Amino acid sequence: MTLPFAIIAGLTVGSAIAAMSLRNLVHCALSLVLTFAGLAGLYLQLNAEFVGFTQILVYVGAVSILIVFAILLTRSTEPKDEPATVTPWIGIAVAISAFLTMALAVLASPVGKRAASPMGEVSVKTLGQKLMTDYVLPLEVMALLLTAAMLGAVIIAMKDKEGSR
Amino acid sequence: MAELFAKLDALPVTLKHLLMGLLPGATPEWLVSVVSAVLTITPILAVFPLMFALTTVIERKGLGRIQNRIGPNRVGIPLTDIRLYGFGQFIADGIKSLIKEDVVPRAADKVVHFLAPIALLIPVLLTYSVLPFGKSMVPLDLPQTGLLFFFAVGASTELSVFMAGWSSRNKYSLLGAMRAIAQMVSYEIPLILSSLTVVMITGTLSLTAIVQSQSGVHFGFLHNWHLFTPWGLVGFFLFLTAAAAEANRTPFDLPEAESEIIAGYFTEYSGFKFAIFFLAEYLGLFAMCGLGITLFLGGWLPPLNIAPLTWIPSWCWFLGKLSALIVLFIWLRGTLPRLRTDQLMAFAWKFLLPMTLINLVVAALWYLLRDSLPLYARWPLCFAMLAVPYWLLGRGFEAKFTKREYRYA
Amino acid sequence: MLGTGILKGMLETAKNFAGSYHDPARLTTVEYPEQRIASKENARQFPFLVHDTEDPMKGLRCVACQICEKECPPQCIYIVKSKDKRADYKGQMQLYPVTFDIDLSVCMSCQICVEVCPFESIKMDTEFELSNTDRFGGLLVNKHQLAKSNDHYRKIHPSEAAASDAALAVEVAKAQAKAKADVEAKAKAAAEAKAKADAAAAATPVGAVPSAPQPSSPATGPAAAPAA
Repeated sequence: MTLPFAIIAGLTVGSAIAAMSLRNLVHCALSLVLTFAGLAGLYLQLNAEFVGFTQILVYVGAVSILIVFAILLTRSTEPKDEPATVTPWIGIAVAISAFLTMALAVLASPVGKRAASPMGEVSVKTLGQKLMTDYVLPLEVMALLLTAAMLGAVIIAMKDKEGSR
Repeated sequence: MAELFAKLDALPVTLKHLLMGLLPGATPEWLVSVVSAVLTITPILAVFPLMFALTTVIERKGLGRIQNRIGPNRVGIPLTDIRLYGFGQFIADGIKSLIKEDVVPRAADKVVHFLAPIALLIPVLLTYSVLPFGKSMVPLDLPQTGLLFFFAVGASTELSVFMAGWSSRNKYSLLGAMRAIAQMVSYEIPLILSSLTVVMITGTLSLTAIVQSQSGVHFGFLHNWHLFTPWGLVGFFLFLTAAAAEANRTPFDLPEAESEIIAGYFTEYSGFKFAIFFLAEYLGLFAMCGLGITLFLGGWLPPLNIAPLTWIPSWCWFLGKLSALIVLFIWLRGTLPRLRTDQLMAFAWKFLLPMTLINLVVAALWYLLRDSLPLYARWPLCFAMLAVPYWLLGRGFEAKFTKREYRYA
Repeated sequence: MLGTGILKGMLETAKNFAGSYHDPARLTTVEYPEQRIASKENARQFPFLVHDTEDPMKGLRCVACQICEKECPPQCIYIVKSKDKRADYKGQMQLYPVTFDIDLSVCMSCQICVEVCPFESIKMDTEFELSNTDRFGGLLVNKHQLAKSNDHYRKIHPSEAAASDAALAVEVAKAQAKAKADVEAKAKAAAEAKAKADAAAAATPVGAVPSAPQPSSPATGPAAAPAA
């Protein structure tokens, strides 16, 4: 474990905890952005430049804005006084058991034992070609899904506008 | 003669090597890399903020002349009569903003309010790390992802704008932040799409490779800049428009429209934090201009491949082109009024976006026809394919905006 | 076509930019502390008190009538009347102001004091560089600072000053004519009285006390005509 990894991992985990525990929703969103950035840093450490920068472009640049706008346009950001949960212990127990189950499953599976495949020179060009040839169906399905989501949003917004007239 | 100029061209690089040579031999590896990084960063941190400072004065003088005024011409060397045509103004402004009281609103979210200017300036400075300023003068050469890095880092400024606007607890700040984010998100799409044409043609995201791809020569003297192709010509102007909107320049300065919402998202900032916002805005504009130069205007290449022009150092060409674009933006600022929000959005989604998409198609066509059609037939064909939609889209726009009746004026 | 308007506008601004360097009609800026333009005749800024003689305090036209003090909308004038009298420009005995202060920070340059003054004694100055480092005492202007000669008035407002001088000349002429008439009337009355007295003296015995006391001499003749 190198020092840069330790710093980035600590930042990611710390900001993720902050995103869960802070009382002000906008602060939570900003911490979440820090988590996204930390994840991008981890990708960069793995020499996955393209994924790392795309992570920044999409998550820090766009998704965070979406979250923040959603918070701002729907509800007050003022923290409420009453505590969020009464006893955190049940939640912690559930989380630990879920994590243990997943960790055991991963460790038991053959994925962990397989030697890492040799890293080829994965350029953006090959990535694009793969997306357009081998993985074109998942790409198109995702595009369809996003278009449908957008259409739905537009329809909801239009209905709202007519109702107000 | 030419050798001397070649040495001058490599002067910054030579200087750095010279300074690195001064390190004692027993220096640990990590210290060497740190010193190297500092030596690379220092000129950027010196040149571009200085350029910003000079631009503020030149802009005020230029706008003054455009409005038939003189502009600032007073501040020179203190306690003397030497006035330097007012070019001491930026030093006075800097000192003023340093010693001014830093007022933070009582209701403000102190931590976020403090972090916002920093979170804005750092990404803006990071964008400079991939720009090739001259021959073999790029701070961080990312052969796989140079352009993506620029846009990824540039996109994260939006959040800082939101942080500034939200943490101030001021309705004008929040309105300005909302406007800024809506505008930046909208114009980022045409910006990226217009840059993508270059990526499509050159087949690389590396900015140095993009500059190299423009070094071919036509007719023995004319460089193969992307500006000289139909898609490049249109793409450059689309890029410039979107860049102006990204950098909140007039006519897209709605986020900080003084006459409407005071100063937009940085209304509640004073003193040096305000100066940082100002600096970040201009540095963002310069970075956008630098990217435009790299993508379309041949980067650090001279316009004509003739002897005296090629002798001038490459970094001089870059800075010269940058200055020309800055002058263009000042000129535009002195000419155009501010858009309305609905006009702004309509322009982005109904004009710029279709144009960039058509431009992508035309660039693809240009690439596919490169062997089957000669240049003199390919150029007009592609240009016509862009000019006709431009004319049609523009007509729709003009019909909407020009016929205006002032009933109560 | 879309964009032609922008080009047209840019051409216009470029013309302005270039024109401002060689066309003085475009660049009308006056760089003030070094360059100055002569003030317009109708310019007005702050009142001053007109005096006619060499010594400003002796020749003030002001007679402390306090009309301006009462009329001043922001109440920035403060006058204290004198106990004694002195001769004015046409020789009439008049009061004079012991104190005449105007608060510079309150004055709104409305010129009402000038309009209401029946003695042509308060006028508007064109001096506009009135800033002061003392914001209390320095902004209360006393009569020594306010007194300015009639020549100064003629210089800054020539036509207005001519009208004022003419009005004063008429006043003086009237006063002189009245004085002359008074003198003549007095001489006549004296002659008549003398004739009457003579007649009475002839009628009454010598040594009788004259019934009517000798009337006091009329006002001293027109002393100093205005310097005009």
